[in-house]
Amino acid sequence: MGEPRLIEISPVTRVEGHGKVTIHLNSENEVDEARLHIVEFRGFERFIRGRLMWEVPVIVQRLCGICPVSHHLAAAKAMDMIAGVDQLTPTAEKMRRLMHYGQVMQSHVLHFFHLAAPDLLFGFGAPAEKRNIFEVIKEQPELGKRAVLMRKYGQEIIEATAGKKIHGTGAVPGGINRNLPIERRDHFLSSIDEMLAWAQDAVKLARDYTLEHEDLVAEFGSFPSNYMSLVREEDGALDLYHGNLRALSSTGNVIFDQLPYPQYHERLIEDVRSWSYMKFPFIKELGPEVGWYRVGPLARMNTASFIDTPIADAAHKELKAVTDGHPNNSTLANHWARMIEVVHCVEKIRELLNDPDLQGNDLVMTGERRGEGIGVIEAPRGNLIHHYQVDENDQVTYCNLIVSTTHNNEGMNRAVKDVAVKHLSGHDQITEGMLNHVEVAIRAYDPCLSCATHALGQMPLQVELFNAEGELVDSKAQSV
Amino acid sequence: MSERSQAEHPKARIATASLAGCFGCHMAILDIDERLMDLMKLVEVDRSPLTDKKRFTQRCDIGIIEGGCCNEENVHVLQDFRRNCDVLIALGQCAIMGGLPAMRNAIMHSDEPLRECLDEAYITGRYIRNTTHNVPNDPALPLLLDEVYPCAQVVEIDYQIPGCAPEGDIIFDTLSKLLTGKFRGFEREMIKFD
Repeated sequence: MGEPRLIEISPVTRVEGHGKVTIHLNSENEVDEARLHIVEFRGFERFIRGRLMWEVPVIVQRLCGICPVSHHLAAAKAMDMIAGVDQLTPTAEKMRRLMHYGQVMQSHVLHFFHLAAPDLLFGFGAPAEKRNIFEVIKEQPELGKRAVLMRKYGQEIIEATAGKKIHGTGAVPGGINRNLPIERRDHFLSSIDEMLAWAQDAVKLARDYTLEHEDLVAEFGSFPSNYMSLVREEDGALDLYHGNLRALSSTGNVIFDQLPYPQYHERLIEDVRSWSYMKFPFIKELGPEVGWYRVGPLARMNTASFIDTPIADAAHKELKAVTDGHPNNSTLANHWARMIEVVHCVEKIRELLNDPDLQGNDLVMTGERRGEGIGVIEAPRGNLIHHYQVDENDQVTYCNLIVSTTHNNEGMNRAVKDVAVKHLSGHDQITEGMLNHVEVAIRAYDPCLSCATHALGQMPLQVELFNAEGELVDSKAQSV
Repeated sequence: MSERSQAEHPKARIATASLAGCFGCHMAILDIDERLMDLMKLVEVDRSPLTDKKRFTQRCDIGIIEGGCCNEENVHVLQDFRRNCDVLIALGQCAIMGGLPAMRNAIMHSDEPLRECLDEAYITGRYIRNTTHNVPNDPALPLLLDEVYPCAQVVEIDYQIPGCAPEGDIIFDTLSKLLTGKFRGFEREMIKFD
């Protein structure tokens, strides 16, 4: 028995951006409270006001350097609506889709190999100095090389469609500003088969890990929740670029389906809590206690009826079979889902590269001007909502953003607490390896702490440990 | 690099941090792609969000900073880097000029831009539920600064690499020349500001 303690993990590493976790231990060494804090604030929704509508897709991607394309395209889709364009030209839509599949591919590869792989390959409790991509490259150079080259492929797709790898300018209100030259297409086609083979190997790696560690995966930060994503309008297929909203319960019951995304605010609301700059969205009619939901790769596997590319669809069926077709509630299964999406992206990229529409010259449409635009996309980390109003001078007058990591805020906090209770409670000594378990749970969500606050700055992740009286008991920062 | 560090360490040590920014400059570091393997022959990575070294394990030859300072914690991290690194590089527009985060510094017709940003996000926003009517306020949250500050206003910076984000090529070129003592300034055609 000892004094109550506060343990801090700050910053959380191997996630994009910054976060901090606080874990409160009571005098019995039991975990009373554990929280993921987002500590930065930007104020984007306010300072975007007054900017011109055509600037918005260029500015907003500076919210996030890992998924800039997702912000770029969500904003562009909102601006399409304001420009009165409901249907892009085939060249514009396909160029944007190509850009987005490149984005999801590079981001998922980055997360799995560069950030999460050290935990999966070396163990959650491996020495801190070993848990990084540089050690992965040293020990498994072939795997390391593939990680680098697959990410590079996705980044080059983005560069070819947006002009730059990070913060490009491809999408404009009503369309796109370039097509894909034949020589760039041929360059990408020359290695697409290799990419597909490597992506399939990555699915196998993630699947085998999940199945071989069945007991761990079942208990580690896992719990039932609701799930939400876009699905294709006609048939409920996985669609990362466009569709309607579908939300399912943990057992697969429909909460809402084929909801046109401009109506998002009729069903969703964001809760403000004192200890985090990141808000907590929930489904209004269910309330904050049960109405919270998760988004992202596993959520999409749970909500999508099927996948419209054959290799990814077979992998999807295999994943669904584990839970007899019901939603999979295992947080760590996100890695498997994420690699299935890499295969899907590569299949889609191949399909698009072979489509002559990409060399078309009909790039931008105009229509009857509207005052309000809402763009929603499935970003790598999940559903991303951009909502704007623009006045007659083309200046933004209102902005609301719900980014993917924000949707997952409640889920990440529950995972942090679940793992803290299971792996830290009852120990006199809290080791660095034990604390890494908390970070492993957070990493499964691939949180993008850079863009999660709409705020300036970064989001520290910290774990706190409070006593039964709610007092901060001890502060032991995770350090090496 | 100093002779001391060359003599004591077979490899140079590099540390990186992301302050108020979007992490895009760290992505640009990874955009050096296959040359990452070449760079690893020259360097060890110490404190960095890409490793689990959350504090400096020893003095570093080069520190790379992405992002400016928007809260007290950013300032502490930046000062820690200045104390622990021989050479400090400000990477990208946020570190050099404040970047997009600094858009909150000046809002037209507003005397309290930060307050207005907080109010919009947590108090007056249309689709939020805030039972306390307060902005987040907790000991775990570091204090926000009145403005977003570029790194050079807080500590001395040795080199600035412009770009939003700087391309992987200029990062690799600069680092490899600094590490081999051949750095004579940036090639003009590599310098880009957007």
